[in-house]
Amino acid sequence: MESWTNTIIQGVMAGGLYAMFAVGLAMIFGVMKLVNIAHGDLIVLAAYVALVATQTLGLHPLVSLVVVIPVMALVGYLLQRGLLNRTLGSDLLPPLLVTFGLSVILQNGLLQIFSADTKRLQAGGIETASLQLGDYVSVGLLPLLQLVLAVLVIAGLQFLFYRTPLGRSFRSVSDDPQIAQLMGLNNRHVFGLAMALSLAVVGLAGVLLAIRTNFDPAIGPTRLIFGFEAVIIGGLASFWGTLAGGILLGVVQAVAASFNPEWQILAGHIAFLIVLAIRPQGLFGRPD
Amino acid sequence: MNFDAYSVTRSTRSTRVGLSLAGVLVAVLLSVPLWASTDTMRLSIDIFLYVALAALWNFLAGYAGLMSIGQQAYVGLGGYLFFALTAHAGVPPLVSVLLVGVAAAVLSVPIAGLLFRLRGAYFAIGTWVMAEVFRLSSSLFTPLGGGSGMSLPVKVAQAVGSNSQERYATVYWTSIALLLGVLLLIVLVLRSRWGLALTAIRDNELAARSNGIDVGRTKLVVYVVTAFGTAMIGALIFLQKLRISPDAAFSVNDWTALVIFMVVIGGLGSFEGPIIGALVYFILRETLAGLGSYYLMILGAVAIVTMLWAPQGLWGLVRNRWQLQLLPLRLRVLRTTGGTGELPHTGV
Repeated sequence: MESWTNTIIQGVMAGGLYAMFAVGLAMIFGVMKLVNIAHGDLIVLAAYVALVATQTLGLHPLVSLVVVIPVMALVGYLLQRGLLNRTLGSDLLPPLLVTFGLSVILQNGLLQIFSADTKRLQAGGIETASLQLGDYVSVGLLPLLQLVLAVLVIAGLQFLFYRTPLGRSFRSVSDDPQIAQLMGLNNRHVFGLAMALSLAVVGLAGVLLAIRTNFDPAIGPTRLIFGFEAVIIGGLASFWGTLAGGILLGVVQAVAASFNPEWQILAGHIAFLIVLAIRPQGLFGRPD
Repeated sequence: MNFDAYSVTRSTRSTRVGLSLAGVLVAVLLSVPLWASTDTMRLSIDIFLYVALAALWNFLAGYAGLMSIGQQAYVGLGGYLFFALTAHAGVPPLVSVLLVGVAAAVLSVPIAGLLFRLRGAYFAIGTWVMAEVFRLSSSLFTPLGGGSGMSLPVKVAQAVGSNSQERYATVYWTSIALLLGVLLLIVLVLRSRWGLALTAIRDNELAARSNGIDVGRTKLVVYVVTAFGTAMIGALIFLQKLRISPDAAFSVNDWTALVIFMVVIGGLGSFEGPIIGALVYFILRETLAGLGSYYLMILGAVAIVTMLWAPQGLWGLVRNRWQLQLLPLRLRVLRTTGGTGELPHTGV
């Protein structure tokens, strides 16, 4: 019994990280109908930025966030203004093909620079520290931090989107880009800010990923897929749905892994396909 | 308005020249195993299979708007089914290739049923998830070697040809037959009413729908035809390699990324584009060997630049400059008797 409780708690916490992979993806899709196939590779890029920051500046990985987040946000803004804005339009293929090309370029670029060796950020004990809750249940400090940060990020995005002028401009360019422009918004700039915000979340997720597990240049696509599955399982309606989707994915993976570690990722994919088969609008989405 | 003065045709002088040249080229290519070395044959087989993959991906994405980044699912499935049929069921190799195509086509129907629920861009990632499901399942499936893969039994290789020269010749002829079959199938579909529907969907899906085209059904036909061809190509790829493993069989870089770059560089949404893109790729590969992973980066960058500044690719540039086309696929209206002025707006 206690092992089950532990397994599920592990899954819930891993789900916090998946939700962080997912919200950046869902937000960009919501604002500009762009699916960023390079999203996972950008998470890996953030991990390498953190690696360089910790090695050259001697920062603690969590402190390196003050470098990684602004760098990733800047990368996002420039990427959007310089490249991705040119792909937006009625045709779906250009943004997909361009971000797919970007994904391949990022992966192979990181491979050239950092080689295929696995790396990890050393965070001085946080990785292994845990809290004992009651007699049987123990919770890793880092996974707990992940989940708390995920909840904070999602609450922050929810507030930003529905309670601030910036959020209002995100929603208006999404609802009707032409009218938004007539009302004095510079759509290209707003899209740039949205991508900057998405990659700021990616920066945070990348650092947490890099403290928690080994990483190498090739792991990006699987992170993209986890984020994507969380989005679809949760339904496209809200950020909180995405969090629930991420947690569900984390729990399914953790339970499957407790039977056989080889089944972990496959079980997540199959859960996604089952949701797609019986409830294509996602668990918390509204049918269209 | 005198309608007799006009006729609609697909044929032009360049298509007639193009078809004759294609005929000569095929005759020359068919004779290759009679005089060439196994190295030449191996390179030619690679080229044929990549041209076929590119033509099929273009059929899927360029014509039906189904942007799949998971076609490695069918390449790998084809390879694995081929190994299962020949090594475990004792089916003759060439019969197996055909059976593999049929099995993949049948399997692609329920897969499409699931993936078509994802709209537009999310469909792309959905296809990738499906390919990952295949890859992870194949590594759990021990009768076909599990995660480390398996080699094709010697008796199967010998059934294809008693020595390597003979085996390459058989694979060569099968590959060129498959390539020609794939190209012919695409031409036939494009010239049929399905093709007209596809062109309409490619140009404007909403307008196509409002003219009574069953968009979902048309896309399903394209998806299934593509699965059929792609799986057979997969069977031949791994027959030539004589070895299969999950990572090689379901590689997104080898079977999808390269193919996408070829099509985009050559010209998305045209018949000639993927052929030209694949040939350009092989010319670059043979001249710029040894660049390692820079190679994929350069290709990716060229594909991005092409997509943004010349979305019709190399073939689009050539076609627009010289009004060329090699195959009689596009309809054009010709004036057959005298008279001057603009072509009439016939309203058809």
